[in-house]
Amino acid sequence: MAQARFDDVWVVIPVYNEAPVLAAVLDDVTGTFGHVCVVDDCSTDGSDAIARGLSGRGVRVLRHPINLGQGAALQTGLEYVLADPLMGRVVTFDADGQHHVPDAAAMAERVGTGELDVVLGSRFLGGAKGAMGGAKRLVLKAAVAYTNLSVGMKLTDTHNGLRAMNRQAAQALHLTQNGMAHATEILEQIKRAGLRYGEHKVEISYSPYAKAKGQSLLNSVNILVDLMLR
Amino acid sequence: MFIKIALIVAVMAVALFMLRGQGARRQALRRLGLLLFAALAVVSIVFPDSLTTVAQRLNVGRGADLLLYVLIVVFFSYVASRYVRDRRSAQQLTALARRLALDEAPPPRECVAGPEVAGSEAAGPAEVA
Ligand SMILES: Nc1nc2c(ncn2[C@@H]2O[C@H](COP(=O)(O)OP(=O)(O)OP(=O)(O)O)[C@@H](O)[C@H]2O)c(=O)[nH]1
Ligand SMILES: [Mg+2]
Repeated sequence: MAQARFDDVWVVIPVYNEAPVLAAVLDDVTGTFGHVCVVDDCSTDGSDAIARGLSGRGVRVLRHPINLGQGAALQTGLEYVLADPLMGRVVTFDADGQHHVPDAAAMAERVGTGELDVVLGSRFLGGAKGAMGGAKRLVLKAAVAYTNLSVGMKLTDTHNGLRAMNRQAAQALHLTQNGMAHATEILEQIKRAGLRYGEHKVEISYSPYAKAKGQSLLNSVNILVDLMLR
Repeated sequence: MFIKIALIVAVMAVALFMLRGQGARRQALRRLGLLLFAALAVVSIVFPDSLTTVAQRLNVGRGADLLLYVLIVVFFSYVASRYVRDRRSAQQLTALARRLALDEAPPPRECVAGPEVAGSEAAGPAEVA
């Protein structure tokens, strides 16, 4: 069952067509966290019904009437959990089974100590290589370099969906980039709000499922254009 | 001769069609620009050589070249204005969809009553520019 020390934590999970893995992921998450907000982005594979089936375990499902993108889903989730006055911390977590609950728990703990406002997951921290293929790593590293330069940070991983933050940070975020460019936008807003941030080493699994479903490398072109034409 | 009449009718039709629609100052400017465009188009159809005369004054050679350059500029400004308008309506659509999702959501906690609590903090329609 969910742990009482995380009773002020909400896990926000953006979902788009993750039916094959969603039940297992939610089962895993609700084993530690008692408050989970699934934002279903108009999935067409019944993902929302799967998530609704777990309402007895603290899963709340929001459904966009049209597909808007991961950034839009995160913002919707943030606004939902901010309506809970008892919410003190938020964790953002991917639905595709790439993230690990113990990492999320450790990051929520770090936010809980008050040491930082935002803890960002990093698969490259401490020189780790990460378990992805060579081309993917190259694109990710380029994204890290470009984002650090444009945002003015020194992060090792800028495109990681696993994050933990306190209420103040959640309030400071107003994501307008509906697509994947929100990853950069989050960092900009963290910086502008003067939040205290740090990275946390996390494991990202690249299962055949996640690899097949994940971002096409070409989508980085779209993200770049979204960021430049603002 | 027939092609000339056909072209003029086509230009008029397009101009008239574009003149419909709503808006304020910018809309008015766009309409004036369109009228000017239609007038110039008619002139260039009736006097095909006029385009070449202007082109030669401007050192671009043939009238067809001038036409192409103008078209390129017009096309890109259209794409740009379309982009801005698309972005704005996408933001409005996002706000609307988010509002719906939040309004239909169950309350975050059993002890926190009332679905209207959800999302009351942000994303009011006023936030969307
Ligand atoms: N709400 C919403 N979520 C999405 C959308 N696309 C992807 N997601 C979710 O976002 C999370 C991550 O998506 P991925 O496509 O795997 O992106 P990624 O993990 O950054 O990229 P990879 O490293 O290639 O896996 C998953 O939980 C997806 O279900 C979308 O259009 N809307
Ligand atoms: Mg993924």
